Amino acid sequence: MKSLEELQAIRDRMKGKVALREGMSDIRIVVGMATCGIAAGARPVLNAFVEEVERQGLADKATVTQTGCIGLCRMEPIVEVMESGKEKVTYVKMTAEKAKRVVAEHIKGGNPVYEYTIGEAQK
Amino acid sequence: MKELSLNILDIAQNSVKAGAAHIDISLIEQGNIRALTIEDDGCGMPPEMVRAVTDPFTTTRTTRPVGMGIPLLKLAAEQAAGTFRITSRQGENHGTCVFASFQIDHIDCVPVGDLALTMVTLVQGSPDIDFTLDYRTREGKKELDTAAMREILGPDVPLDAPAVLSWIHELLSAPFAPEP
Repeated sequence: MKSLEELQAIRDRMKGKVALREGMSDIRIVVGMATCGIAAGARPVLNAFVEEVERQGLADKATVTQTGCIGLCRMEPIVEVMESGKEKVTYVKMTAEKAKRVVAEHIKGGNPVYEYTIGEAQK
Repeated sequence: MKELSLNILDIAQNSVKAGAAHIDISLIEQGNIRALTIEDDGCGMPPEMVRAVTDPFTTTRTTRPVGMGIPLLKLAAEQAAGTFRITSRQGENHGTCVFASFQIDHIDCVPVGDLALTMVTLVQGSPDIDFTLDYRTREGKKELDTAAMREILGPDVPLDAPAVLSWIHELLSAPFAPEP
């Protein structure tokens, strides 16, 4: 059983750290979480992005957010990566495994994983 | 939807979109009945919309004219010989309440699934909303109250901080606490 003391420990450990992060990230990872996305498996995809961004130490650089239906339900789970000054990259039919690779190669390495993008899927 | 917890995530997102400040989720098992209630203090819906939402061709989305969230939950309940009800009001005491029940031993009753991950996802998406979860089965109960968590964490640590999200996940993935 997780205790409230552990929550207090988290608070003490994080004091001061959080303020630094706000407003600094320049990459937004947006996961479609409407009925279509959820039914297609968006929940583990979102979770994988949240965990991988933290694990790879990218929390200052990227934030993970949720959105509604993007309008391409048959391609869900859909994830959009928006970076200031760059063209939006849309990933389709995502999985938790694919999410890990996108974080490593695109978010961390700066190279979009083209084989997962909507452009490849529609060829 | 393969798990009831995915329906719960989906329906609670409607409450988020309705601008709710509080979203209370309860899942209570008693005998052979599993009863789900999702109650919010969001903007509510007019009566004609409440009547129409169980129709899959009713939606608020603008991207296409189909809305499956409520119909899918209703289907899940009815295929397991349960019942479905939605009530909503605007103006004073505004909010919406969705209720669905299931016969647990029915062959078409969907499993509860990963409720812990559903709650983590909700808090991650809306860290400023007060969520409560009251989950009770024969084995015991699991509870979450994000307003109480926020009091402990203070103003500096948001609920969507990764360490806090993992705390929620572990809390709700742990075995049931026996009822006193």
